[in-house]
Amino acid sequence: MTGARPPARPDGATPLLAARDVVKSFGPTPALRGASLAVAAGEIVAVMGPSGSGKSTLLHCLAGILTPDRGEVWFGARRLDTMGEAERSALRRERFGFVFQSGQLVPELTAEENVALPLLLGGVRRSAALEEARAWFERLDLKGLEARRSGELSGGQAQRVALARALVGRPQVVFADEPTGSLDSLSGEHVMELLVAASREQGTTVVLVTHDARVAAYAEREVVVRDGTVTALLDQAAPDRAARS
Amino acid sequence: MSLVPVTLLGLLEREPSHGYDLKRDYDALFGRSRPLPFGQVYATLARLARDGKVVVGPTEPGAGPDRKRYAITDDGVAEVEAWLAETVEPEPHLQTILFAKVTLALVLGRPAERYLDAQRAAHLQRMRVLTEMRRTGSTVDALLADYGLFHLEADLRWIDITAARLQPLSEEVRG
Repeated sequence: MTGARPPARPDGATPLLAARDVVKSFGPTPALRGASLAVAAGEIVAVMGPSGSGKSTLLHCLAGILTPDRGEVWFGARRLDTMGEAERSALRRERFGFVFQSGQLVPELTAEENVALPLLLGGVRRSAALEEARAWFERLDLKGLEARRSGELSGGQAQRVALARALVGRPQVVFADEPTGSLDSLSGEHVMELLVAASREQGTTVVLVTHDARVAAYAEREVVVRDGTVTALLDQAAPDRAARS
Repeated sequence: MSLVPVTLLGLLEREPSHGYDLKRDYDALFGRSRPLPFGQVYATLARLARDGKVVVGPTEPGAGPDRKRYAITDDGVAEVEAWLAETVEPEPHLQTILFAKVTLALVLGRPAERYLDAQRAAHLQRMRVLTEMRRTGSTVDALLADYGLFHLEADLRWIDITAARLQPLSEEVRG
């Protein structure tokens, strides 16, 4: 089913982000076989599923990193799947933030330059970008680490720097793909605490891919991707955020 | 010895106390969403006194219905020590309700996967509540929540692996 409007959520609201019957293959290997998902503005959703189920591919399609073979991807009232690469790239830079499992910091740059990077790429003056970046260091328990390079940070510190970089441009959506996958339990929980606190404060939507139930429990709801489709049973309406904050 | 008597004894090992204060401390540390009824506090203290684990002081003047001060005896201290040193039986949980549901569903040709999905959702909902409790509560809250979270996580791992093995399991139980 296709349409000129984004799909409605089960609660009738227009989603901020949505996939409708998305199909994506890599060569002969199907990754998504008609995946649909609708995410409300400000919602924190965990995408779970076994390895190879297609959950990361779904995140990449929602974020406009991958173009689906068939189906639709919506961001507000705009279709990502039919957008040109330049427009999608601008959207990713201006509206989206990304946190991946590891190895995402630029090793030649200091921690504060890494955090300032999205602002610099968006044309913000260097001094203003660095000032904005530094404000995140205290907030994410990174004070004193501004001048360090990624090789001089622990795994948990590097991941919090990556989180600061994802949030510094005040994106509408943060896509996090196994953001705690390379961390021990306590460091992972610290990263999740900060991500959830910052997103609730700023009203940021978070799409969180994880195989870890303890990480998924930070989200407000979860969906399960299995064999390239989203299990509808768990794609329930978002609970009242106010009741949980 | 069951949990309530031994924890009350443990609280008395810190210092002699009144029933009301014991209840308040028990609720704060162990009771959480299931506070101890006053009746149970006094019935338990009476049994502990009968068994020589506590001694009851004279009634003191003051407000409130019961102003008796309870103190732990040497036997009581030994009881607390023995309870703390005793390991908890690691239960194998080989016949859980969930196991029985999955097996019966497969025997009957019913959708076991749907039951597992529903159970996964219920487990995650409980994990969300506990995660919120550890986020917003004290360190004691966090420790209590962690205990529940790790057990629920173990169940979820079993649910996931069972979901992945439903086909061979179905063939096995249906012969």
